[in-house]
Amino acid sequence: MSDALNESGGAGPSHRGVEIGVAVFMAALALIGVYGSLKVGIGWADEGPQAGFFPFYISLLVLISCAVNLVQTFTKSDDGALFASWAQLRKVMSVVVPTAIYVFVLTYIGIYLASALLIATFMRWLGRYRWSVAIGVAVLVPVLTFFMFEKWFLVPLPKGPIERYLGF
Amino acid sequence: MEELANLFHGFSVVLQPYNIMLMFIGIVLGVIVGVLPGLGGANGVAILLPLTFSMSPTSAIIMLSCIYWGALFGGAITSILFNIPGEPWSVATTFDGYPMAQQGRAGEALTAAFTSSFVGALFAVIMITLVAPLVANFALRFGPAEIFSVYFLAFCSFIGLSKEPPFKTLASMMIGFGLGAVGLDQVTGQLRLTFGFESLLSGFDFLIAVIGLFGIGEILLTMEEGLSFRGKAAKINLKIVFQTWKELPRYWMLSLRSCLIGCWMGISPAGATPASFMSYGIAKRISKRGKNFGKGEIEGVVAPETAAHAAGTAALLPMISLGVPGSPTAAVLLGGLLIWGLQPGPLLFTEQKDFVWGLIASMYMGNIVGLIVVLTCVPIFAAILRIPFSVIAPIILVLCAIGAYTVNNNAFDVVMMLVFGIAGYFMKKTNYPLAPMVLAIVLGDKAEESFRQSLLGSQGSLSAFWANGLVSTIMTLGLIALFWPILQGLWTRLRGAAGLRAAQ
Repeated sequence: MSDALNESGGAGPSHRGVEIGVAVFMAALALIGVYGSLKVGIGWADEGPQAGFFPFYISLLVLISCAVNLVQTFTKSDDGALFASWAQLRKVMSVVVPTAIYVFVLTYIGIYLASALLIATFMRWLGRYRWSVAIGVAVLVPVLTFFMFEKWFLVPLPKGPIERYLGF
Repeated sequence: MEELANLFHGFSVVLQPYNIMLMFIGIVLGVIVGVLPGLGGANGVAILLPLTFSMSPTSAIIMLSCIYWGALFGGAITSILFNIPGEPWSVATTFDGYPMAQQGRAGEALTAAFTSSFVGALFAVIMITLVAPLVANFALRFGPAEIFSVYFLAFCSFIGLSKEPPFKTLASMMIGFGLGAVGLDQVTGQLRLTFGFESLLSGFDFLIAVIGLFGIGEILLTMEEGLSFRGKAAKINLKIVFQTWKELPRYWMLSLRSCLIGCWMGISPAGATPASFMSYGIAKRISKRGKNFGKGEIEGVVAPETAAHAAGTAALLPMISLGVPGSPTAAVLLGGLLIWGLQPGPLLFTEQKDFVWGLIASMYMGNIVGLIVVLTCVPIFAAILRIPFSVIAPIILVLCAIGAYTVNNNAFDVVMMLVFGIAGYFMKKTNYPLAPMVLAIVLGDKAEESFRQSLLGSQGSLSAFWANGLVSTIMTLGLIALFWPILQGLWTRLRGAAGLRAAQ
């Protein structure tokens, strides 16, 4: 176990634990599928198989494969492998958290402002760029996307108060 | 010779100045997509799909398929210069490509890679030109049971031929079918699995899944690995190109073998990645210089690149002739057809001649344009990789979000994209393959419809799938593909036993 710690540079959740977590999560999805299919009917009606017929058996197959995967995880001896070190997971979270905020606010403040903020945060926080560089790129990219999507290819994107103020 | 006339008509469509311009744009965007980490062929095409909403279907497919060719070319650049495969199918190219670059033979390796990509693609396109109309013509006679059996074969070969554990492939595929089933039931018009959530009424769009699973998931993985790009300089000049071209014809046998492997693997949905590995492995075993493989042998670049490109191109054969995509990228292109209002399947060849032959002609032209673009612009594309990840990552995130939003002009889709992204990260880390899931979401409705229709005909008995010679053959092939690993094991054991007896 200590070797595994040294190699990947720090502790972290075990690969086996995550493997079990993924299988259980999938099985939970499948149970929701079974429940939903039963609600609309899985048998035969006058016009043939009911709406839940296909999803029901699909969900059963998911359950079976999750069971097999779980059994295989448990029967294999635990080699102590890490899923990822906490330091690595922190890096992953440093992408997930800003992106989560980004996808939730972009309906309210518009995709252009949100994108500019996301890019600036990333470059300043993770890339340690000077403010001038970060803001330069953060402004340039949304402006380019504006012209590419709204002007050339005529695809409208979500806009917020700023775009309304500017009259778009 | 009607096909030849059709093909020339296709060329006349492709050679319109507007379409040639789109072709160049597509190739350049495609190479960028192929070079950047986190942007692969499938999700690059998915993100750029909205750009084509206002175009005619023919122009749209020309641009999108060229993005695909560009991505296939682009993967080789990063493999050879940076030892980082830009795409999974170029992993095998790093084995000999990067050592060649280290020895200062980067130009030679790149020329060999691009040229063999071109040869592989050309072989596959010629095959498509000859075979696709026949297959489509044949498939016109298919009833629902036959159509379902083709889907069955496609999905079974995924399970049997994939290198991931079979039950993980099955789980990921079935979850894809489940996600595809959410929303309106196509047959009865009933709502299902929505649990009263309004945002689930229209179901899960596979484009969102592609952008999330492949785009966001890949960025999270890259972030975790903390890649820093340190590459070799790329110098290509005409002298090196011609020198390499003079040398390449010597490997014609190797090329031909790799083309055949690629076409075979591309048509069955196993795809370009296993094709490139298989071709590399076989070349290593057969070649006289096999033990030099891995140290910078040009044959080690030619073999995987030819096969990967042949497979990537051949994956479009079942897509245009049967409506069954052979790869995630082909699936995205198929989704594009639906958005442009075309019905994929064998009828395309009779009803949408312009479109189909325009696409086939653009495969020829696109690969020629692609070869020229990559040979002349390698240093520019390599420079993109020198931009630090902390700049590239947020820009890719923004592009993914825009792509996800524009599919249905729906902000909830962007949230779903992130959810798919996190799911993709965990699935990839725990060896659940993503491609079967995407294909299942795309084909779910159609597979279910044909399944239920065939059951209706037989009053619910599975005998519908063994009702005539054609459908039983395809179903049996499917079962063979499904149990292929077991059959292979049995065969080697039988042979081993026979060998022992012979020895005694």
